[in-house]
Amino acid sequence: MRETFTKGMARNIYYGGAVFFFLVLIGLTVDTVKSIPKTDNRENLSEQVVAGKYLWEVNDCIGCHTLLGEGAYFAPELGNVYTRFGKSTDAIKGFIKSRPKTGIPGRRSMPQFNFTDEELEQIAQFLKYVDGIKIARDWPPNVQG
Amino acid sequence: MKYESQGIAKMYFIAAIGLFVGQILFGVTLGLQYVMGDFLFPAIPFNVARMVHTNLLIVWLLFGFMGSAYYLVPEESERELYAPWLAKLMFWVFLAAGVLTILGYLLVPYATLAEMTMNHLLPTMGREFLEQPTITKIGIVIVVLAFLFNIGMTILTGKKTVITLVLITGLIGLAVFFLFAFYVPDNLVLDKYFWWFVVHLWVEGVWELIMASLLAYVLIKVTGVDREVIEKWLYIIIAMALISGLLGTGHHFFWIGTPDYWQWVGSIFSALEPIPFFMMTLFAFNVVNKRRRDHPNKAAVLWALGTAVMAFLGAGVWGFLHTLAPVNYYTHGTQITAAHGHMAFYGAYVMVVLTMISYSMPIMRGQKAANERAQVLEMWSFWLMTVSMVFITLFLTGAGVLQVYLQRYSETPLPFMVVQDKIEIFYWLREVAGLVFLIGLLLYVYSFFAKGKEVEDIGAAVTS
Repeated sequence: MRETFTKGMARNIYYGGAVFFFLVLIGLTVDTVKSIPKTDNRENLSEQVVAGKYLWEVNDCIGCHTLLGEGAYFAPELGNVYTRFGKSTDAIKGFIKSRPKTGIPGRRSMPQFNFTDEELEQIAQFLKYVDGIKIARDWPPNVQG
Repeated sequence: MKYESQGIAKMYFIAAIGLFVGQILFGVTLGLQYVMGDFLFPAIPFNVARMVHTNLLIVWLLFGFMGSAYYLVPEESERELYAPWLAKLMFWVFLAAGVLTILGYLLVPYATLAEMTMNHLLPTMGREFLEQPTITKIGIVIVVLAFLFNIGMTILTGKKTVITLVLITGLIGLAVFFLFAFYVPDNLVLDKYFWWFVVHLWVEGVWELIMASLLAYVLIKVTGVDREVIEKWLYIIIAMALISGLLGTGHHFFWIGTPDYWQWVGSIFSALEPIPFFMMTLFAFNVVNKRRRDHPNKAAVLWALGTAVMAFLGAGVWGFLHTLAPVNYYTHGTQITAAHGHMAFYGAYVMVVLTMISYSMPIMRGQKAANERAQVLEMWSFWLMTVSMVFITLFLTGAGVLQVYLQRYSETPLPFMVVQDKIEIFYWLREVAGLVFLIGLLLYVYSFFAKGKEVEDIGAAVTS
């Protein structure tokens, strides 16, 4: 690098740039937190949904599936599974319930988690709530996720 | 080795390499599960194997970063480590926590592990990469705080260099942003938004500071180039990393229910994210060309140059490939993401840790550089691992492009599992490349034990 560009200048760009853009990030974060009540479907965040989210977490569903595109890419996207399954929580519950204990020979299969009926309802309600979040451009592009 | 306490790095590096082997064994297991869906089912389902794969990566990289800091900071600060006993104690605490957590994943169902570790008291489990039981997370915080105290006191009471200041800034950032791992709101949009404050601000933020400072340190040592020149590069690289990377977080806020302006902010700033990585490549080749001596450790020079190139390709090029919102609309959460993740982590963070190990391990074993045969084997392992990682990335990209077309782009989108069957050939090829990577890694481990002719120090102008 040329001598006219000194180490001091480089250091100032680092400190100035880092502080400035960090403050912008905080500012945009405040704005985002204020704006998301319009999109985040919080009106449907019932106790049942919260319990469903907990079950989603403690069974590490994200380790195979994506949810709004984030997670593992081994199994289908579930952010829109409620729509894909014909807007039926029964269909979701039926699928989870019907998984064979020892899998399907040669193929990927979801484990059998032995959920109670109450738990199944909670998970289905959670997935219904996620489907209700308003995403930019209605991502994913189509019902297949 | 100028200071005895630098030698503590050795145990950290050995643990790092051991866990790296574990990570790759689970990696090839996962690759096989992609094509033989019932492999190890239901004993080790995919999600468990994946948790082990990604968590081992994070833990061994942390071992690598800590070992690097313990090696580098005393020498830069021109004093012994503030509390060597604490560094040794924390090694065993961290190793025990890491091993117990991995065993927990493997031996009991994840939900049982959550119950056993009383996750309900402070629920933090079950988010990608942050699957560790809450108690493990608390353990990580304790270890990192003790580490930061130790390193921080060494720097504060010793000579301060740009390298140590940048390194400690990165490490403090690592600790601070990890605290978001304890914030798990019920609201999924908020949950996802702040989850990225750990994940993105680590790997596309403060970790880049750590990486750049480690690379700068090794380059000073192996080239003998003037510190002033290297420090100027270091500042401008990390300036660009934070200027692009902080708002670049926005590329994760396209499709999670956050405001539309993130599409612009995220696209524009993350399009700038390749710049610091490109500068790192220029930097590394520049100083190696201007070297004032030929360091006998040729393998370390190779790793240093390789890091710069592969980080640019993996993080820079493969990141840019799918970061613009209109492109990401189709590629989000597909094998394209997996392709990018693999080469970026390998190129940037795996390789920079291996660079540090390559440079420092011979010195800690009482040599200036490893013997000739060991170096040749190490360089073979470099090429085997690096080239197979390029192929893993290319095959996953091929799988991803087809997946995007068949599942998202064509007139008649097909269901996920139908598409997975159609792109199976790419998963087989990826698995073969993964096995070659494993062979390269085993060769790497073997290179530490290889006997051969000792190297002569040809350019003794500067001593390390």
